[in-house]
Amino acid sequence: MITINHLCKTFRLRSGDVCAARDMNLDIHEGEIYGVIGYSGAGKSTLVRCINLLETPDDGEMTIDGTTVVIRSGRVFLREGGAEKPASEKQLNALRRGIGMIFQQFNLLDRSTVADNVAYPLRYTGMSRADIDARVRELLALVDLTDKADVYPSQLSGGQKQRVAIARALANRPRILLSDEATSALDPDATESILALLRDLNRKLGLTIVLITHEMSVIKAICQRVAVMEDGAVVEEGEVYDLFAHPVQPITKRFVQSASPLGKIDKMIVEGSPLLRVGPGGYLVKLLFHRDCVGDSLISDVSRRFGVNLNIVLANVEEIQGVALGGMIAAVEGAPEAVQAALDYLRDKHVSVEVIARG
Amino acid sequence: MVEFIKAIMPNVYAYRSRFFQSCEATLQMFVIAGLISFALGLLFGVVLTVTREGGIRPNRLIYRVLDVFVNVFRSIPFVILLIFLIPFTRTVLGTAIGVKGAIIPLVFGVVPFFTRQVEAALAGVSPGKLEAARSMGSGTMGLIFRVYLHEAVPDLIRVTTITAISLIGLTTMAGAVGAGGLGSFAINYGQNQQHQDIVNVCVVVLLIFVCFLQALGSFLARKTTNRKLFARTEK
Ligand SMILES: Nc1ncnc2c1ncn2[C@@H]1O[C@H](COP(=O)(O)OP(=O)(O)OP(=O)(O)O)[C@@H](O)[C@H]1O
Ligand SMILES: [Mg+2]
Repeated sequence: MITINHLCKTFRLRSGDVCAARDMNLDIHEGEIYGVIGYSGAGKSTLVRCINLLETPDDGEMTIDGTTVVIRSGRVFLREGGAEKPASEKQLNALRRGIGMIFQQFNLLDRSTVADNVAYPLRYTGMSRADIDARVRELLALVDLTDKADVYPSQLSGGQKQRVAIARALANRPRILLSDEATSALDPDATESILALLRDLNRKLGLTIVLITHEMSVIKAICQRVAVMEDGAVVEEGEVYDLFAHPVQPITKRFVQSASPLGKIDKMIVEGSPLLRVGPGGYLVKLLFHRDCVGDSLISDVSRRFGVNLNIVLANVEEIQGVALGGMIAAVEGAPEAVQAALDYLRDKHVSVEVIARG
Repeated sequence: MVEFIKAIMPNVYAYRSRFFQSCEATLQMFVIAGLISFALGLLFGVVLTVTREGGIRPNRLIYRVLDVFVNVFRSIPFVILLIFLIPFTRTVLGTAIGVKGAIIPLVFGVVPFFTRQVEAALAGVSPGKLEAARSMGSGTMGLIFRVYLHEAVPDLIRVTTITAISLIGLTTMAGAVGAGGLGSFAINYGQNQQHQDIVNVCVVVLLIFVCFLQALGSFLARKTTNRKLFARTEK
């Protein structure tokens, strides 16, 4: 749905150059919710603003919903057939109409009612007044704000404002929605309801959503895949589940720790918590159970089968994308061969086993 | 009633037809110069906002030229501007006196001031709203009319009120150098002939006019704000 190749963007400031995107490559599939996470200044906003060309990249190539845009030295070309033609402002505006966008600050027009805000992108498009009214009603029903049509934004809560913004962004039936920190200004309840709405729209309309955030919990809640950005580049990318199970980059580990109780286990290991002591001859192991292997029966199974003592020090299970991910720290004690055999058996059952300490 | 007026302001009564003519002249200057200045100031304010660096349609040349023009005419005191523009007015309009002759200097005096005020009002429109409108495919004209001018209406009303009130001041000054109106009436018939009642009446008339403008401006600004400054109380 969205393919980005070799995207570069550098801001030239008096204080020096800031590289907000260095050779960025992304492939976002149709109908998925794709997360982009990174700390402040990583270049997340720049990335989405390049997708709908609010920001003109320096160089790169993007294919968005079938339209290929080529950018060379800050000039935008549209590729049609084999030919490349400079894109006119009109063409760019038409392109933007096919991509919805929502923001952290909602950005509604304060002097327009909710209905007028939602009608904004529909006006001056040749659509009749009656059609616009009907479409606005439809959109307000979609975001569950039918009774607020004639109210001004100042009379709405943050969550309601974001719903209006979503309705407005979807007015032209775009197939892509860009969300730049759309829940960052909301309380946990409102965040949850907006995320639920986005998931709903994704399912109901087949909407492709690019969701930017600095909160891993948001990614965990609704994204299927995620890119971790740092300093203008994607440093790690993949299925959200895999990232939670096996984060590689230090920054990814930090994000995972922030959103997952399993992260605490890693933290305790790093900090050398007194809980993580093991008797002489014993092993302290970290076990990670994913997808289909269920922890509980396996543990008792192993102790019985190999005659080892398996004491659970700490355990946690969570659900990501409807799939369980379990983590455990356990002390294994017994005859050395038996312990080895037990650990091998666990590995055989697709449990990742990591020996943290030996007594 | 007539007796009463005769008793407390004999000179105003004596020169009553002149007084009404002066009121009319002042009103004419105010309306004509005001309308022209409003249109030009709004236009220039928008152009400056749009063409500035980081604006929605940056254009260095247009911005610099307009910016310098506004700065130059803002820094000339109005009385000097009046004299300075006499030859210019005479070539353009054939006369430099009377209501007709006053319009050009008034416009030159007001437009730079109003342009800056409009610029300030438009600067109050958050960049996020423009960004959102751009993401919905609005072009430059859409951004100007549907976002900038639309969202800034209350502020534009406020600055228009301020400018209108200062325009009244300028019309009386123009009167002092031969434009007619209440200013020259107060000077020529009041001050110079030591008719204090004439000066007093002119002050009162101008005061009422200013108060009326201020009240009207405040009312319209409040009415168009659509935003409650204080949290609403839940029922
Ligand atoms: N218009 C601009 N002019 C100059 N520099 C900019 C501009 N926009 C962004 N930058 C710089 O580019 C870098 C990336 O900014 P960007 O807004 O994309 O970060 P972000 O990941 O969205 O951060 P945040 O979480 O704070 O929104 C930052 O260092 C920022 O200072
Ligand atoms: Mg950002």
